[in-house]
Amino acid sequence: MGNRVVITGLGVVAPNGLNIPDFLHAIQNGVSGIRYVPEYEDLKFNCQVAGLPDFEWEVLHNYISETSLYGLKGKGIAYGIKAALDAWMDAGNPIVTDQTLWETGCVFGSSVADTDVIKNAINRVDARESKKLGSRVVEQIMNSGVTAYISGRLGLGNKIINNSAACATGTQSILMGYEYIKFGMAKRMLVGSCEFVDRYVFGGFDSMRVLSRKFNDQPERASRPMSATAGGFVPGSGAGALILEDLDFALARGAKIYGELKGGATNSGGQKNGGSMTAPGPDGVVRCIREAIADAEIDPKEIDLISGHLTATIADKLEIQNWVKALGRQGDGFPLVNSLKSMVGHSLSAAGSIEMVAAVLQLKHNFAHANLNLEDPIPEILDIIGEKNLPTTRVDKEINTIAKANFGFGDVNACLVISKY
Amino acid sequence: MDRKEILVELKKVLTPYTENKEMLEGISEQTDLIKDLKINSANLVDIIIDAEAQYNIEIDFDAAEKMYNVGNCIDVISDKINKPA
Repeated sequence: MGNRVVITGLGVVAPNGLNIPDFLHAIQNGVSGIRYVPEYEDLKFNCQVAGLPDFEWEVLHNYISETSLYGLKGKGIAYGIKAALDAWMDAGNPIVTDQTLWETGCVFGSSVADTDVIKNAINRVDARESKKLGSRVVEQIMNSGVTAYISGRLGLGNKIINNSAACATGTQSILMGYEYIKFGMAKRMLVGSCEFVDRYVFGGFDSMRVLSRKFNDQPERASRPMSATAGGFVPGSGAGALILEDLDFALARGAKIYGELKGGATNSGGQKNGGSMTAPGPDGVVRCIREAIADAEIDPKEIDLISGHLTATIADKLEIQNWVKALGRQGDGFPLVNSLKSMVGHSLSAAGSIEMVAAVLQLKHNFAHANLNLEDPIPEILDIIGEKNLPTTRVDKEINTIAKANFGFGDVNACLVISKY
Repeated sequence: MDRKEILVELKKVLTPYTENKEMLEGISEQTDLIKDLKINSANLVDIIIDAEAQYNIEIDFDAAEKMYNVGNCIDVISDKINKPA
């Protein structure tokens, strides 16, 4: 029921690749984007490594007008603009803004508006110099800044929404775009999310003692999802973007098709029965995965690869248990599982979209990327799904269906299913 | 500073706010900031903030409202330069 939705464009700004070809090369070859950050040692953070894109501000000259670029300070917005416009062009669309594209909308998520911009506003106002703030502050401290820049540049005229659901944000933005097309409200949606983890957000997580702290001298080993020696996640920054289209709309314009977004679901465990502000409740997770599979109208046995949330905390073990229960598969019968976070860290709001871009590339190019740093899998995980499904080097094989999930603070879950078209 | 000198300096202030660099090169006192240079009206406050820094003056709200073409801008700036607050 409903229109079929296909993926026709991809864009990414990731710690291990600033465009699709480089990112594909990185995930095919297990290239880590995790680096030591001297500033974090100076700030006395426990975790002193991060996944930071090697972003060059100057490239934005090729994306937005000079007047728009002048005064742009927000890094998350900048990552979002680049990923979104790259996806748009990858889908074969020109950037023209002299008309409004009523059939095309944008759902692009974020967590925190740029605190460097907010800090400047706080300092100016407290010094009684609000008069000097100028016209460009509000548009960058509003959460919807990123969607405002993207939709304005491309002239998008359908639904323009900035969503936020912590670490489920990116997955949820893709799902929302899918639903608008499926139910006939839009023909094409630019979806994705962005995140710049600044020192203040980083500090908050560091204080919660959920970040990696034992591998500061070996940054590339610091992000260790499903590893027995994992001691927390590594924050990352970046953006991911996809172009979703109504199948007929895409066929009519002769678009290249990466794959089909078959279905998805988002829900919450209500912060009950094991769920809390910071932990996903198993009932909600299992239900979410099952609903996504039902929406996709596939058999759980068809799933070849799981792109997990798997951040490298104690929750990894529980996540695998939830997948086992939701799919009704275990041991050698379980699908391959990987976590992109082993290469790029956990980019919070951007995680879902960057990982979805990686999933689409694995679907298209028939491989499962390696789990870096998984030389010592958690025994309880091995007990239920075995070692064969946890690739430590790239696995080249036909990949027809992938399930991708993310779970966020507030006990919010989101799951998507993609298949070859 | 005479009006011609102010105009030369003003061009530098306006540069980041217009895509129409050719027209900016040939501006006269009659050039309208919004209609001719296609400057976003919201950016007029940025131009005023930059002009304040450039000429070390303070431009109040009433004076700022008069700054819609190059001639008006020069009026306000030369007035403030010559009568420092």
